[in-house]
Amino acid sequence: MALGVFFAVVLYAAAALCVAGLVLKIREYARTPAPLLIPTTPAPTTRGGAALRVAREVVFFESLFKGSRWTWLFGWLFHASLLLVLLRHVRYFQEPVWAPIVFVQFFGTYAGLTMVAGLAGLWARRFLVDRVRYISTPSDHLHLALLIAIGLSGLAMRFVSHTDIVAVKAYTLGLLRLDVQPLPADPLLLVHLSLVALLMVVFPISKLLHAPGLFFSPTRYQVDNPREARHLSHWASVLDGRK
Amino acid sequence: MATAKFETPKLKPYPVIPMVAEGAMAHSKPFVAPTKIQEAIGFPGELSEGWERRAIDKMGELLGKYRSLRVYMDACVHCGACSDKCHYYLGTGDPKNMPVARQDLMRGVYRRYFTFAGKHFPKLVGAVDMSKDVLDQWWSYYNQCSECRRCSVFCPYGIDTAEVTMAAREIMDAVGLGQKYANEIIGKVHRIGNNLGIPGPALEDTLLGLEEDTKAETGLDVRFPLDVKGAEVLLITPSADFFSEPHVESLIGYAKVFHAAGISWTLSAKASEAGNFGLFIGNYEQMRKIALRIREAALELGVKRIVVGECGHAWRVAYSFWNTLVGIGAGGRDPFAIELQNQLDGRVRQPMHICEFTHDLIRRGALKFDKERNDDRIVTFHDSCNVARASRMGDLPGGQFAIPREIIRAVANRFHEMAPGTTHEATFCCGGGGGLLTDDLLELRVKGALPRMEALKNVVDQHGVNFMATICAICKAQFSKVLPMYGFDMSMVGGVHQLVSKAIRLGEIH
Repeated sequence: MALGVFFAVVLYAAAALCVAGLVLKIREYARTPAPLLIPTTPAPTTRGGAALRVAREVVFFESLFKGSRWTWLFGWLFHASLLLVLLRHVRYFQEPVWAPIVFVQFFGTYAGLTMVAGLAGLWARRFLVDRVRYISTPSDHLHLALLIAIGLSGLAMRFVSHTDIVAVKAYTLGLLRLDVQPLPADPLLLVHLSLVALLMVVFPISKLLHAPGLFFSPTRYQVDNPREARHLSHWASVLDGRK
Repeated sequence: MATAKFETPKLKPYPVIPMVAEGAMAHSKPFVAPTKIQEAIGFPGELSEGWERRAIDKMGELLGKYRSLRVYMDACVHCGACSDKCHYYLGTGDPKNMPVARQDLMRGVYRRYFTFAGKHFPKLVGAVDMSKDVLDQWWSYYNQCSECRRCSVFCPYGIDTAEVTMAAREIMDAVGLGQKYANEIIGKVHRIGNNLGIPGPALEDTLLGLEEDTKAETGLDVRFPLDVKGAEVLLITPSADFFSEPHVESLIGYAKVFHAAGISWTLSAKASEAGNFGLFIGNYEQMRKIALRIREAALELGVKRIVVGECGHAWRVAYSFWNTLVGIGAGGRDPFAIELQNQLDGRVRQPMHICEFTHDLIRRGALKFDKERNDDRIVTFHDSCNVARASRMGDLPGGQFAIPREIIRAVANRFHEMAPGTTHEATFCCGGGGGLLTDDLLELRVKGALPRMEALKNVVDQHGVNFMATICAICKAQFSKVLPMYGFDMSMVGGVHQLVSKAIRLGEIH
């Protein structure tokens, strides 16, 4: 039971840091003005068009596709797989489980494999391409190591050494109710949960901020209409001598 | 000239991404602006005690003023998509000319002073203290970026290195380290009215000379008016158009278009410059102050339309920023903007590019051409970076590509595109943009032109291309200089309106 309480504290704290950190960062992005219109052109001339452009970046990684086919392949494979894996994990937080989540279980299982494959491809580039090797920092390698370790520990529980999944689900459902249940003392599970907690802590203070950042990138979300509307931020408008 | 000897790169038949050659361009540095030049435009005269703190404070200020910088400092994941996109990397192999590495020069400092990870685990995330060594690298490599935005096309988060370079130059100016070429020009534009420093009387003289030349060529009284109140159009054009070859050929082209269309126009001595180097140094106040001259000239002359000549970064500032900076445009609801916007003709685009202007006339059938007069030319078109990736023409996205090409096809019979991936939004910088068009950076300029020269070589070999049209004063000046170094004739480069000028039908020749 002590193990369950310990991990409950760690996971609650990690989730709190993750959410609070992201809220602060997103608020900072949202409050910082964008005084000039700088969409990378050709750019959409309507708000709807610009929203669609951002959506294409989020869903298809459109610019990366133009930039580097291999990075796009591995990067998109990893992110799409991660999405399926996360959806698969939703079942640990629901009783009964939604039909779409039941449906995704099969795909989510194998997405775990493609996720690690994508990460391995991204990591290989950091060694094989001399330009990418030059720009890679210890932090870049550690991020990949962390994600791969999370993936492998998860896959090991599914394919190699099954953990007591019923107890795990009782534990996660308990976390949602603030009612801590016993946690199986399976080393793979404990490693998996610890690394996920670490990932959550790191998220708002690392390059993982690329996720919210994309939505606040002026070159992508801005509408190309400078001649039709006067775009003026507060600090710039002060210069007009009106305020 | 203090520039050391260097080899002009060999042109390869197909593009090759160079291997990383660390420090290959570490020696490249522009001249530092002397105290007088710095102080004339409101910057500290030189680097002085405590500059590190002031640099960090300035960075903090900019992080609070520009969402782009704020987000771009955090978002990069070092994916490497940009690593082979910069013409300066492709031309030099210096890894700090990879956009990501160039950004990281600032990101390291940002992390150290503004992030949790960098404050507590600097080694892990590559955070560094602001030091003279870091500043020296900034000075070198933020003066090896032409702010062309090619990297931003390919970045999955849209990170625009130009925004980072501008911020870095702004920070360096704020601590007294300014670039001589750019800051001297900014001083001139305020003092005299244009970047070349041509005073009003000399300008008037030049324009009279052009009227005589054009009369000799056409037999017609094609006017080059200056400071004419009540003219319909105020033409704002780069001052190179008045004095430099081949630029002046395009100016003659604009004048002929106005003449043929019967539309009255004028230049302004006060605002005899479209260029706005405030953009290059990332200084909003300077950019605004330079643009204000144009607003004032438009109000004083009472014009109905503002048209901008062939100049890349000027068109970015005019198209994207003028409305914001000084209310030249439409849709303003505040008194400052309305004062001018009520005067301007709301039925046409304000400001308008000279290519849009000519294109509209062609479409309406108002201009006639003898295309065969350009038959000695086999033409290709070089998209200028600021026009391609930071502006638009016409009503549709991509009009900045279609309109100049449609003009060329209307005035010349023989036209060939350079290879895909080297034109349109993926166009390569000429190598001299962004405030780098100075002889103290000649090695950089020559090497940075490599990708464009290779693409040009291919159409020269395959199609016999002998004329590269472009709509940017900097591109024209840069190519005039570097074309001969790559074995081409310097007169191969010219303006789109140079072609227009040759083919336009102006009526009976006496």
